Amino acid sequence: SPQVVWDTLGNRQFCSYKITTKTQNFCRNEYNLTGLCNRSSCPLANSQYATIREEKGRCYLYMKTIERAPFPRRLWERVLLSKNYEKALEEIDENLIYWPRFIRHKCKQRFTKITQYLIRIRKLTLKRQRKLVPLRRKIERREKRREEKALVAAQLDNAIEKELLERLKQDTYGDIYNFPIHAFDKALQQQDAESESESDAEKEEEDDEDADKREFVEADDSDLSDFEDMDKLETSSEEEEEEEVEKVSRSKSKGKTPLKGPARRKRPYIEIEYEEETEPATKTKAA
Amino acid sequence: AGDGSGPAGSAAQGGGPPAPERVLFPPTFSVSEIKNKQRRHFMFLRWKQQQRKEKLAAKKKRRKEREALGDKAPPKPIPKTIENQRVYDETTVDPNDEEVAFDEATDEFAPYFNRQTVPKILITTSDRPRGRTVRFCEQLSTVIPNSHVYYRRGLALKRIIPQCIARDFTDLIVINEDRNIPNGLLLCHLPDGPTAHFRMSSVRLRKEIKRKGKEPTEHAPEVILNNFTTRLGHSIGRMFASLFPHDPQFIGRQVATFHNQRDYIFFRFHRYIFKSEKKVGIQELGPRFTLKLRSLQKGTFDSKFGEYEWIHKRREMDTSRRKFHL
Repeated sequence: SPQVVWDTLGNRQFCSYKITTKTQNFCRNEYNLTGLCNRSSCPLANSQYATIREEKGRCYLYMKTIERAPFPRRLWERVLLSKNYEKALEEIDENLIYWPRFIRHKCKQRFTKITQYLIRIRKLTLKRQRKLVPLRRKIERREKRREEKALVAAQLDNAIEKELLERLKQDTYGDIYNFPIHAFDKALQQQDAESESESDAEKEEEDDEDADKREFVEADDSDLSDFEDMDKLETSSEEEEEEEVEKVSRSKSKGKTPLKGPARRKRPYIEIEYEEETEPATKTKAA
Repeated sequence: AGDGSGPAGSAAQGGGPPAPERVLFPPTFSVSEIKNKQRRHFMFLRWKQQQRKEKLAAKKKRRKEREALGDKAPPKPIPKTIENQRVYDETTVDPNDEEVAFDEATDEFAPYFNRQTVPKILITTSDRPRGRTVRFCEQLSTVIPNSHVYYRRGLALKRIIPQCIARDFTDLIVINEDRNIPNGLLLCHLPDGPTAHFRMSSVRLRKEIKRKGKEPTEHAPEVILNNFTTRLGHSIGRMFASLFPHDPQFIGRQVATFHNQRDYIFFRFHRYIFKSEKKVGIQELGPRFTLKLRSLQKGTFDSKFGEYEWIHKRREMDTSRRKFHL
């Protein structure tokens, strides 16, 4: 009768545990020993059959014999195997004594594989495990959109420039940068805030600074005339115009020519002071 | 009867001849009560047109009034922005607050701000970092002076931390990576300092930034911290500040910016040049990324038993669009 079962279910007609793929047939039955669909490993088509299954880390040996075939409830007999590997192998041997060689061999192989993966599980749980956190799509989209809007609202470049100019005004940079108008403005502010007697001292300081700048500038072949400082209103407007013209020419080259340290910094300072005749010369220099 | 015929009459016109200039809706009528979808849609469009016309007319009137008044016109109303409408946070730091100043003098960053410690940073990643993350780590280490990148070989953070403390590191940065992109940053201040966990987004490496300059040099950059207003923001700001050496080298003309806007912290690294005393040009070099704070924990990294000072709880904290915590 197992032969009949095999001829109908296993070989020809439909078996619900059978899965066919291109190269092989698998058996989904939970008591199957090898997992393949064969005449010798089908639990339905063999009246004497044994398997190893594990539950919660303990391995059991399941056995099925012809005597219990009419009693499906007591069909599978279960034996707990010891935790010790060798002892468990001996237990398999003594339980399956006089059983076909194939089943015995496959049982032991299966038991070995199962113990190996149990060991691996135990090892991995000791190591650090990556915790996978599911993303929520709506929230991700919302966050992304809010970030974009925040970026637009932040106006980072403007904020940074403003902050840097603030720091320049508050003199955190000390003497590194010297712009004449800046110094003049500061001097003016100091004049307004303090008394006149001190303003004389400051004027002297300004003259000193001018003298320094005059020397500084002459080394680079430019003229700083004295009256420029007096008529600061006019010069500031002139400078702005010149600045704008220069800004246009320089903004194109801003990306390409990386700022090269103090040497470069002198140039804008000088260009401000130049008068119109010499502008073409400076433009070629900048380019 | 009049009301009944009104909607019926105007509904009947729907889809037919063009709408009259001024449609008078009876007061109890609402467009949503028409069952027919096409007609309802048509009536709704007409209603919308009318609204727009009224709005335009009101605008014109207002402008005429304004011009008529000339100088005496009241000042223009300020447009409402999210920052204007922000829900007032009671933990906002007042610059003159003594309590805050006292706290800051005695918190974990006090040794840094008193110049007793020099920052030394260890940058590492999560397990098995992919190329992008590695490159990002390298670029980050060029941005932050005195920082070292170490390859994480499956070591537990809790074991790394005592070793770092023994070797005099002041900060530990762990960049978490998922599917080839860095997406998390853990910043741990070492001698039992607070641990901040951020979610990182829109990471741009140096080669992906357009119009960038040359590589950042070894000079110590300046630090700009913008918009950190609340107590929490203040402590995070100090955390960032303590990554960089206390004395920036102005010769390098580099500046690292942490700008907080609506709870997103934008990091940028620029080189600046002063073209005049009113104009400064900046050029972006270096990586950029945005951070969003997820949790701040007192003490070094300990996810199970740590004492959390602040965790982002989505259900409670994301309810209002005008409420920000940093």
